Parts: sequence; structure tokens; C-alpha cells
Amino acid sequence: MGNLRSVQKAFEKVGCDAIISNDINVIRNASKIVLPGVGSFADGMKHLEELGLIDILNEQVIKNKKPFLGICLGMQLLARVSYEHVETKGLSWIDAEVIQFDFSSLDIQLKVPHIGWNNTRYKKQNKLFHSIKDDSDFYFVHSYYFKTNEDIISSTCNYGINFVSSINKENIYAFQFHPEKSQTNGLKILENFINLKSDK
Amino acid sequence: MLKHRVIPCVLLKDWQLVKSINFDSFRTIGHPTSTARIYNARNIDELIVLDIDASLNGEEINTEIISDIADECFMPLTIGGGINSIDDIYKILNAGADKISINSKALEDLNFIKEASSIFGSQCIVCSIDVKNINGEYKVFTKSKGVLKIHPLDLALKYQKNGAGEILLTSVDNEGSANGYDIELIKVFKDKLKIPIILNGGMGKPEHAVEAIQNGADAVAASYIFHFSKYTPNDIKRELFKNNISTRIL
Repeated sequence: MGNLRSVQKAFEKVGCDAIISNDINVIRNASKIVLPGVGSFADGMKHLEELGLIDILNEQVIKNKKPFLGICLGMQLLARVSYEHVETKGLSWIDAEVIQFDFSSLDIQLKVPHIGWNNTRYKKQNKLFHSIKDDSDFYFVHSYYFKTNEDIISSTCNYGINFVSSINKENIYAFQFHPEKSQTNGLKILENFINLKSDK
Repeated sequence: MLKHRVIPCVLLKDWQLVKSINFDSFRTIGHPTSTARIYNARNIDELIVLDIDASLNGEEINTEIISDIADECFMPLTIGGGINSIDDIYKILNAGADKISINSKALEDLNFIKEASSIFGSQCIVCSIDVKNINGEYKVFTKSKGVLKIHPLDLALKYQKNGAGEILLTSVDNEGSANGYDIELIKVFKDKLKIPIILNGGMGKPEHAVEAIQNGADAVAASYIFHFSKYTPNDIKRELFKNNISTRIL
């Protein structure tokens, strides 16, 4: 699911050893957990189920409050439900749904997927944005977006509509864009994540 | 607001980066990893690397060199050339690339695009179309088969329908000329596709990028200008900014 190697080498770049693993014990012993990912929502959930990782993620992130970073699809999977191709249940950590960009009511037809660099506006403090200027550009690649009424939105981005570009709920941090592909500012987010003190 | 990307495009041959003029003569211009490192240091928007050996000679994809390049790239990296199977795509992505550019294989087999995009997601699949102007008509051109009958726009629409995420549109006539993009070509594509178009071939000065984007290109790719002129990707972007085109200025 997605390009794990890109995320791993970005962590290496900022001085952190990241292990790519689907081993329950490795995940249990990790100090922090990252769920990257591109690809479809249904495939992502199917893989997590088949690999038996849902219980360990719930245990470590929800129960033990281990710092968690979700990237792109790894953010969308936290939702209750996605409507990508087929209605699929997500991890349900956040009361959110994942829906497709629909510009049919707009005058200008924007292209989907939303691919490229776009600026994000801060809404609420998020420790991972520490020392990054508001309105900075990050790299996005997605056709669906995350919609939530929970008060956890830390930034939004505009593409025809304002959509959620990052969230933070307790120990859970997630980004719709790709920090590992967003040059200096993106690497700073990963560095800030490494430097987070565990709340546990 | 979404930014228009300026994308250096580099060609790989015998472990070296080369630059072609009209796809024919190649000049070696340096070592791939150091070039990738410089581009990364310049905070470029994205990088495209096409392995010409692989596509011309049917050689195995050189994942070692791809992985060396990818290690230097903290921006999106597209790799193309000689992709023939789903397994090739796995290999390239595992080496650290983010997107795959497919040309010949897509022409042969539309189902391949469908299959690849369903496995890896459309965002990962760039379909590359090389175009030649033959007596005032645009035709799809391939190195192995020459000029094809199909119109480039019809081909792009087919690719889009089968799951392509982006189109890399190259004018073979303008490639390496530094005389500017084929503006008539991009006009043919303007507002016709739902997926982004990266226009390639011919940029010799920053004004050429402005012209391309104003006429319908979502992003511009270029090789010659970055290797043989004083201009950097940031110079191009400053020119876009001056012309009120949204761009990522650092």
C-alpha cells in the first residue's frame, strides 16, 4: 500500500530509524506509529484486516495513546466511512467521512485528482507545524477528501472548496498532503513528529 | 490555490544523465545522483526521469540507479522508460519512485493502464504521449513504430478513461530546440481533459512557460533549459509569478 520507502527515507533524512513492518510485535514495541499510503480506501482497509493489524492499532493508538502519524490515505482510513468506489467502513477513530471532490456546481471545472503543491491555512494549533509558516505549500495527490464535524481540524486547503488538510486529536496527527514529498517544510513536520514527547 | 508545477525532466542512459535533441543525439550531462541532489537542494516541485536505454533496447529497468536517485529526492519523482509489466511498476515504486510514466506499453495495451491504475491508483500512473506535426496534423509518434494514425487527443482521452492520472505531452519537433513549447498543440488539449497535462519540449526561456500555462498546460516539464542555460526552475517560477500565474515561490 503506497510508497513506504519514500516515507522511510524521509525519516532517515531527519535522523530517525523507521522500520517498515506488519509484525504485531514490532508495532507494539515501536515508540511511534506511522500509517502512510496511497491507493484505494477499500484496498487499504482490506490489507489492514488481512494482516490482522486493526486490533494492534486500536490497542496502541487509542488505548495506549502512542503518537500516531497518518499520511494521505493513512489519514482517510481514520474516518468512519469512505465512499470511494464502494462504501467502506474505516478505522472509525474520527467521526468523519471520505468523499469525492465534486465540482459540478462550480463555474470552473477543476481537475481531479488534486495533484500538486497547494497552500494550507492553519485553523488550530498543531505541534507538528512548529516553526513552519502559515500558508506554506505542501504536495497533495488525492481525489477524495476528509470531512468531519469534530473540532480537530488544524489546517485547511482550498481546491474549489475548503477541505481538511490536517487534523490533530490527542496523540493522533494526520495530513492529507505528503510531508515526505514536500521538501523542507514536509521534512520539518516529520522532525517535529519524532520530537513529540509521548503522552503516555 | 493549486500551483502550476515546473518539472525538470532528465534522461538516463548508461548510468549517466543525458539530454536529447529531437530524441536522437544524446549528450552526457553528469551523474544522476548528484543532479538529483542539486535539484532537491533547489527545492524543485517535482522531478521526471526517463530511462531511454530501457525503452529503446527493451532492457531491464535499472532499479539500483532509480533507488540512488530516489534517495536524494524529497519531492515527487516520476520514473519512465521500458515499463512492460505490473511487476516492473512494483520494482520502480519499491526503489522509491512515486509515479510511473508509461508510453509504449500503454499504446500496445490499454488494459495495462486500467490494471495498473486499479492496483496502484490513478495518481501513480502518468501516460506519456509523444507528438509530431506531420503536414499540419498532430500525430502520435513512437520510436519503434514511427508515426501512428491516432490523434494525440483521442489517445489521451482513452488513457484518461482507463485510469491515467496525468498526461505527459511531449512535442518531438520542439524537444531540445529551446524555441518554445508547441502552443498550437496545447490549445488542442485545453479544457478537453479532466486530468492534468504536463507539457514538455521546447522551453528555452521563462516566458515560454508563461505562454504554455496561459494556453492550457497544467504543468510544464523541461530539460534543455536547465542543462544548457543559466536559468533555474526558480527563475521560471518568478516569471510565472510576475504574470499572475499561481506558482510555488520560495
